[in-house]
Amino acid sequence: MIHEYDVVVVGGGIAGLYTALTAAEYCKVAVVSKVHVTRSHSVAAQGGIAASLGNEEEDHWEWHMYDTVKGSDYLADQDAVEILTKEAPEAIISLEHMGVPFTRNVEGKIEQRRFGGHTRNYGQASVKRACYVSDRTGRAIMDTLYDRCQTIGVDFFNEVFVLNLLFAGEHCCGVSGYDVATCKSEVFHAKAVVLASGGSGKIFKTTSNGFASTADGFALVLDSLIPLEDMEFVQFHPTGIYGFGILISEAARAEGGVLRNGIGERFMERYAPNLKDLAPRDIISRAILTEIKEGKGVNGKDYVSLDLTKIGKEKLIEKLPEISSFVQTYLGIDPSEMLVPVAPTCHYIMGGIPTDYEGRVLSDEGEHALAGLFAVGECACVSVHGANRLGCNSLIDLVVFGRRTGISAANHAKERKLPPLPQQAESIVVEKVTNLLSAKGKERAAVLRAEMQSVMTEKCSVFRNANELEQAQNQICQLENRLLNIGLDNKGKIFNYELQEALELSNMLKTAGVIVFSALQRKESRGAHYRNDYQDRNDEEGLRHSLVYLTPEGFKITYKPVSITRFTPENRRY
Amino acid sequence: MKVYRFNPETDNEPHYDIFNVDANPYDRILDCLNKIRWEQDSSLAYRMSCAHGICGSDAVSINGIPSLACQKLIKDYDYKQELLIEPLKFFPITKDLIVDMEPFFKRIKSINQNQPSQTLDYSPEEERLQSIEERGKIDDAIKCILCGCCVAACPVILEQEQRFLGPAAILRAQKHIFDSRATDSVECMQVLEKPYGIWGCKSYYMCTVVCPKKIKVTEKILKTKKKIIQELHPKSEQS
Repeated sequence: MIHEYDVVVVGGGIAGLYTALTAAEYCKVAVVSKVHVTRSHSVAAQGGIAASLGNEEEDHWEWHMYDTVKGSDYLADQDAVEILTKEAPEAIISLEHMGVPFTRNVEGKIEQRRFGGHTRNYGQASVKRACYVSDRTGRAIMDTLYDRCQTIGVDFFNEVFVLNLLFAGEHCCGVSGYDVATCKSEVFHAKAVVLASGGSGKIFKTTSNGFASTADGFALVLDSLIPLEDMEFVQFHPTGIYGFGILISEAARAEGGVLRNGIGERFMERYAPNLKDLAPRDIISRAILTEIKEGKGVNGKDYVSLDLTKIGKEKLIEKLPEISSFVQTYLGIDPSEMLVPVAPTCHYIMGGIPTDYEGRVLSDEGEHALAGLFAVGECACVSVHGANRLGCNSLIDLVVFGRRTGISAANHAKERKLPPLPQQAESIVVEKVTNLLSAKGKERAAVLRAEMQSVMTEKCSVFRNANELEQAQNQICQLENRLLNIGLDNKGKIFNYELQEALELSNMLKTAGVIVFSALQRKESRGAHYRNDYQDRNDEEGLRHSLVYLTPEGFKITYKPVSITRFTPENRRY
Repeated sequence: MKVYRFNPETDNEPHYDIFNVDANPYDRILDCLNKIRWEQDSSLAYRMSCAHGICGSDAVSINGIPSLACQKLIKDYDYKQELLIEPLKFFPITKDLIVDMEPFFKRIKSINQNQPSQTLDYSPEEERLQSIEERGKIDDAIKCILCGCCVAACPVILEQEQRFLGPAAILRAQKHIFDSRATDSVECMQVLEKPYGIWGCKSYYMCTVVCPKKIKVTEKILKTKKKIIQELHPKSEQS
């Protein structure tokens, strides 16, 4: 079926919904999502959303900007970070007016708490900057936006998996995919397309991400010969529940939790004497793995402890109810009495689809904006997170740039007629789906996926080196070859998840290839990208964004400069 | 595990398949379903997303009780016995464990659509104040993850009146009606008074019993009823 819209948004998380809501004030908008929109992974965001409201203590957007730039290990574009941090307070107030039920302080204002890497007066000490809704901030924002989208009349197409970007010449004019419930093709013919397709955590074995985080948006742009920016920067959150990878928010440490190694020592005092357990995530993840490598994991195993016992039962229930129930449900542990086993878990990708501040996708290092194509949220790279994102900065990124992208997509749509629809818009999907359904090869997606996750976890996670990255590159390449020989046992058309998972695997393998290639090319350590064979940051060579294209001849890399406006790079100490 | 199967492409009638799954006590029921799909039968259909009880995708009936497959572990059951996994009751079955959630989201939408929007102005100058106590009145309702377990357990919907609005939608309205910032709680209460609305609730407490987020759903419905009486029908309260 062919649908016509002014703006079509791919993905229904907070970025997608905020963009849709903004654009829908001006034009006709559809949100297309492969899961029902209320199931998007934004609902899993726990701890908070950053803005220098100053409701608890003095704070300024310049301090927030400094922290974000320093947290990014100076790779974030400072003009973009300035926009983010300047517009953050009004973004929070707009959310509050839409109905987000923020937790309040005694004055009745939005309460704020400390969070990793957020400081007062340019690094002096921790500052209360995270606005929150207990530890279900993402869920609460999603629910409010979902309600608002329905009131304003955004059309939702749930459980539709997008497989192609459509172009009329250079102009992006829609997307096509299939309805997961029926396998029937769905074409969305539009004046503007916004990718808000989220991240790629499922490339790794242990992740806080949901099953839907399979790099779909990345594959869409790679297929259209658009590069991905800074893909070597993958964030591993320090505190995933051991064995599950389920996130325990930094809020747990903001409320008084501390990390302890196997001998009970509060080891973060050695790694970050000032901020300790509230240092940025890259630093804490490396510290935990270093402790484990030195034999100081708990009982000699590959985890450390998160000690929440000092917080007290009442405060745990009030401030961290979800986290407490996760620990209880999945480990059978009462966190007010026992230590929680934690280890780093793949959480977020700083890199993504290159965009300008209005969400326009940039197709090359010369900042050439592609007509009609926009990206926002985790799948985009503005870049405000650089080499390492601070906690609470992702949700504010979604709202600030969701609004900007919504406005610019709507403006783009208003000024134009619907470009012609390419003839093969529908047939390209039908062909892809039919071919895969009839594929009789001997490889199975579930097996190849597990191998990919092992390779990426063992060779391309927190600590990296040339030797292992080269091995990973070969192995990912072999897996891609084996994927050509895939077969499906399930030939059905109704909710065929074997089909969907095979398509997702293809997206993940392509993206994994880019991550490994980008990591191999960056011969320095910066933020979340740490090379054992190049342990220092090298600003002379490394202070630039990498752009990787997937061409018929293989990967191609180019670079573009970092915007530095206010803060000159200095050594990053906490 | 005994799993409900129905494929409308090939089956006239539903049936049950038995799968033997190697599992640890701390494996989720969802992990077991995944082992079946990835290792034994790739056609088994069920929804999943976050896998830790916050997105609401994987509500199914486990041994007859609506539950989230990712929130229940093997150890929570007597695993020497067969586990019975079925789709949620009430909803039309699409395939295997997948049901059509449209009747659920329609109910939620009927509440949302009737809320005149609070301001959408991007640049209001200040936040509105709300005391900790006022905010506390909606604390329970915001835990809802829209999984549908309560509707699939509601005796009114299952046995008496299929058109009943059901617990989740009333809870959604409660969140709005008791939000001190809302300017349209009266209108929202009027929506609840429409036919098959809040007065259909007979306080069976099944919604409260099955809620995966431990929301005191029935209590919130009763509080809402009380507020409706007080504010919309003050005379009937006196008599």
